[in-house]
Amino acid sequence: MSSPPLASPRRNSPTAPPRSFLWSRRIFLTLLTGFVLVPVYVMVSSSLKPLADVTGKFRWLPSGLTIRPYIDIWSTVPLAKYFMNSLIVAGAATICSVVIAVFAAYAVSRYDFRGKRVFTVTVLSTQMFPGILFLLPLFLIYVNIGNATGIALFGSRGGLILTYLTFSLPFSIWMLIGYFDSVPRDLDEAALVDGCGPLGALLRIVVPAAVPGIVAVAVYAFMTAWGEVLFASVMTNDATRTLAVGLQGYSTLNNVYWNQIMAASLVVSVPVVAGFLLLQRYLVAGLTAGAVK
Amino acid sequence: MRSIRAAATGAVTLSLVLAATACGGGSSSGGGSNDSPKTLTYWASNQGASIAVDQQVLQPELDKFQKQTGIKVKLEVVPWTDLLNRILTATTSGQGPDVLNIGNSWSASLQATGALLPWDTGNFAKIGGKDRFVDSALGSTGAAGKDPAAVPLYSMAYALYYNKKIFADAGIGQPPATWDELVADGKKIQARGKSALGAEGSNPSENIHHVFVFAKQRGADFFTADGKPDFTDPKVVDAVKSYVDLMAKDKVIPTGDAEYAQNQSVSDFAKGKQAMLLWQSASANLKSQGMSEDAYGIAPVPVISGTPGPGTQVDSMVAGINLAVFKNTHNLDGATKFVKFMTSDEEQKVLNKAYSTIPPVKSAQADPAFSTPANTVLKNTFTTSAAALPQVASESQFETAVGTAVKDLFADAAAGRAVTTDSVKAALQKAQQQMPAA
Amino acid sequence: MTTTTAFKEPVRHTTPGAAAREPRRRTGRLRRVSLPYLLLLPALLLELLVHLVPMVIGIVMSFKELTQFYIRDWSTAPWSGLGNYKVSVDFDAPVGQALLHSFYVTVGFTLLSVGLCWLIGTAAAVFMQDTFRGRGLLRALFLVPYALPVYAAVITWVFMFQHDNGLVNHVLHDQLHLTGKPSFWLIGDNSFYALLTVSVWKGWPFAFLIVMAGLQNIPRELYEAAALDGAGMWQQIRRITLPSLRPVNQVLVLVLFLWTFNDFNTPYVLFGRSAPEAADLISVHIYQASFVTWNFGTGSAMSVLLLLFLLVVTGVYLLFTSRGRRASADV
Repeated sequence: MSSPPLASPRRNSPTAPPRSFLWSRRIFLTLLTGFVLVPVYVMVSSSLKPLADVTGKFRWLPSGLTIRPYIDIWSTVPLAKYFMNSLIVAGAATICSVVIAVFAAYAVSRYDFRGKRVFTVTVLSTQMFPGILFLLPLFLIYVNIGNATGIALFGSRGGLILTYLTFSLPFSIWMLIGYFDSVPRDLDEAALVDGCGPLGALLRIVVPAAVPGIVAVAVYAFMTAWGEVLFASVMTNDATRTLAVGLQGYSTLNNVYWNQIMAASLVVSVPVVAGFLLLQRYLVAGLTAGAVK
Repeated sequence: MRSIRAAATGAVTLSLVLAATACGGGSSSGGGSNDSPKTLTYWASNQGASIAVDQQVLQPELDKFQKQTGIKVKLEVVPWTDLLNRILTATTSGQGPDVLNIGNSWSASLQATGALLPWDTGNFAKIGGKDRFVDSALGSTGAAGKDPAAVPLYSMAYALYYNKKIFADAGIGQPPATWDELVADGKKIQARGKSALGAEGSNPSENIHHVFVFAKQRGADFFTADGKPDFTDPKVVDAVKSYVDLMAKDKVIPTGDAEYAQNQSVSDFAKGKQAMLLWQSASANLKSQGMSEDAYGIAPVPVISGTPGPGTQVDSMVAGINLAVFKNTHNLDGATKFVKFMTSDEEQKVLNKAYSTIPPVKSAQADPAFSTPANTVLKNTFTTSAAALPQVASESQFETAVGTAVKDLFADAAAGRAVTTDSVKAALQKAQQQMPAA
Repeated sequence: MTTTTAFKEPVRHTTPGAAAREPRRRTGRLRRVSLPYLLLLPALLLELLVHLVPMVIGIVMSFKELTQFYIRDWSTAPWSGLGNYKVSVDFDAPVGQALLHSFYVTVGFTLLSVGLCWLIGTAAAVFMQDTFRGRGLLRALFLVPYALPVYAAVITWVFMFQHDNGLVNHVLHDQLHLTGKPSFWLIGDNSFYALLTVSVWKGWPFAFLIVMAGLQNIPRELYEAAALDGAGMWQQIRRITLPSLRPVNQVLVLVLFLWTFNDFNTPYVLFGRSAPEAADLISVHIYQASFVTWNFGTGSAMSVLLLLFLLVVTGVYLLFTSRGRRASADV
């Protein structure tokens, strides 16, 4: 997998930027960095403070550094279990979402068929549904499927996976349509000539050419599933609770363990943020060719 | 290609299932059964310092139950933030636990859903009879004239917790018995740089518990005798205003408490930042935060004048946890046995000691552990001067509507805006109009 | 079903492989006809299961009196006709008034948040179009708020917005002495600004990301031509960069609008179940109407009204912004 071309048409204009531009840039970016950084700093520093520091007046510098919060978080709430749940749910939702989106986007990108427009409009319009409208009905459907077939969807990871993958599906399909459109059709043609079926062409030619787009979609799907609160709070139980809901456990106790909350938040964030930053080159490249074309 | 076909087949099956179920909806099964006599699912509310603590307290007892009856109890401790939602989804789906803890003030609301097993004379007989329980505890188990929706499990009452050292430093000999004394003492305490009284201004339920008592002390009720909301009665308005005035006018509650909703006021008290706390059964909580039992005293919640008692001398709500059986249970006999076990004298003693609560079972109350000075205050309050929150179907809406109104009034007070009789009345009027018409 | 399915063939007749494929086409005729549908089937079914069917049920519920007395078996709940809608839009009564208030708050909040997100995101992307030292690091840093899980990000802000011990009051009051006394951010009127701050902090990197991607598609020649015409940096931004971003902005603003308008997680984590009046966003309002007061009929009616509003806004928006753009079938 080669690195996607990110540095393509940068402006590098022949005119040197004027002073006013440079100064505006400097001031703006400095302020913005501060705005972005302060909460991140608070999160990191508070997670290393003793409890007295975080329940008293705010202080920029800790009175002493401790890694206790990082030890305590695992026993105050069953964080490891929640972590596993989130990993399974978000991972499975991402894989399914990407696979399904790739198929759907390929169909829309490469074929003309009746109902194509209806399909794209319908799928995209689900983006505007308020989650609260279908929360209770969805829950009833899951329960009824469970009663009728014995497949436990409500309260199980499976139900959550199904829910989350559809959350990211519309955006993923839409973005991949754009991306696939930018992959030259001649390439699949050549594959068809070589005796591949249409699916062979998709898997051997289009998908490899669309890696940045697919990575972007996967990152998006993972983040959506990793952070969702509303559905998880209703549809999970003790055994299947995800991180986003489980983290609330630190403040429902008699004391608000802010240092532990921050430590746990950080532990929970690290995988996504790291993954996101590692893959951001793909993300930008994917968006460039897909969504914003 | 084959995988596509498989996916398609699966999808078609799924859509058929959908078509078959989408038109149905809701749960239809009526009463309980005894399909699975060897297991029970139990949802416990979070009573201890953490969920882990609850598991440590309850698991040995559940093991004991298994040894006695051969029934395995699957325990899930549900945090308070989730409990009502979880009960709601269980009710809607018919898929829930067999036995569950509910806040006793929810009894009438949950009773109205029809999801809980009614405790008629026959059912009570199976657990030793209704008269084993204290009357005041039974007063908070459902609407009057109906069979209770649950049986009392742990009882609690509000008391005034005060920091002995701060009181001594301020030259106050004994805890205040009336609100006027409390305000006067508060001023002395503030003069020495400590805050006087804590409150959870952003917690609707806490607000309700206090304004309810304030209303009782003025001979007023939030509901008429036939269960209609009556929030704008002048005495009710006066009650709510007087409570908010502890911050707005008397200034004994610090303005910062207006945004408290996660028991920060308990922490403030435990840390010795604040002299007084009105709380229910706080001992275990304070201990877990490292406050020694010698450091604080417990007194009855103040009244307007005189001493606590029934009628206008009420100084606490009937606080507590009830144990209910879910109507859809698959192990009705086992569930009843479990309730009997949990309300037996022995278990009542063990559990109520662990949670620093009072047993609602008369014979268990006799244990010396519940006659310490602290527990005597709580026990007396509970049995003689506590009143049950309104046992009406719309109780949970009442908590939300009025509790939020009080929260907003605290926010006004904190922002330095005037809290007047008119503004309180307007807030309560709005709350009343949001109540269900029925 | 008669079918119009066919491989898109805009230029294909001239490709040399066309003849060679002929036999395959005959044998695979049926397969090819149904293939796009098969490919779409999983997506379609899942959307049906999780979005469309529940939405229909939700609409049905909005015509029922679904209170605590009936939730146990909602099919027995009595029909209430338009009753729930009447209650929701009776703006003289408290329920309707509260909904209208919440609606205004949400509109105001959404406009400000989307506007600020777009402005900051675009400015940052434009400023970072050229290489300079530390650009890569800065870009990574700027994406962090977007990558953080909602709960982790918002709870940190709650910590900072506390009245007694928060960083915000520490800076504004204790260090800069800008306020006479510490302000409340999580209750009362300021809660609106607290919510807006968090929303912008979390949302602008998305705008930044999309605009950054959009900028890469602007042909370099445009800038070179402009430079030859003597256009300075600022003029180039105004005359080339911003106009070229128009199609990107069309989608970006719409997506931001819908996400912000429907956002539940941010206000819920920030304020809990009952949001202060000044920051009573409609999603939390409806959540409270249905889950906290157990009136799912009215809650559903409110959601349906919200959905209708968003449909109209989106439709008008697309109609309005698409004027002049080629009518494109694939969004």
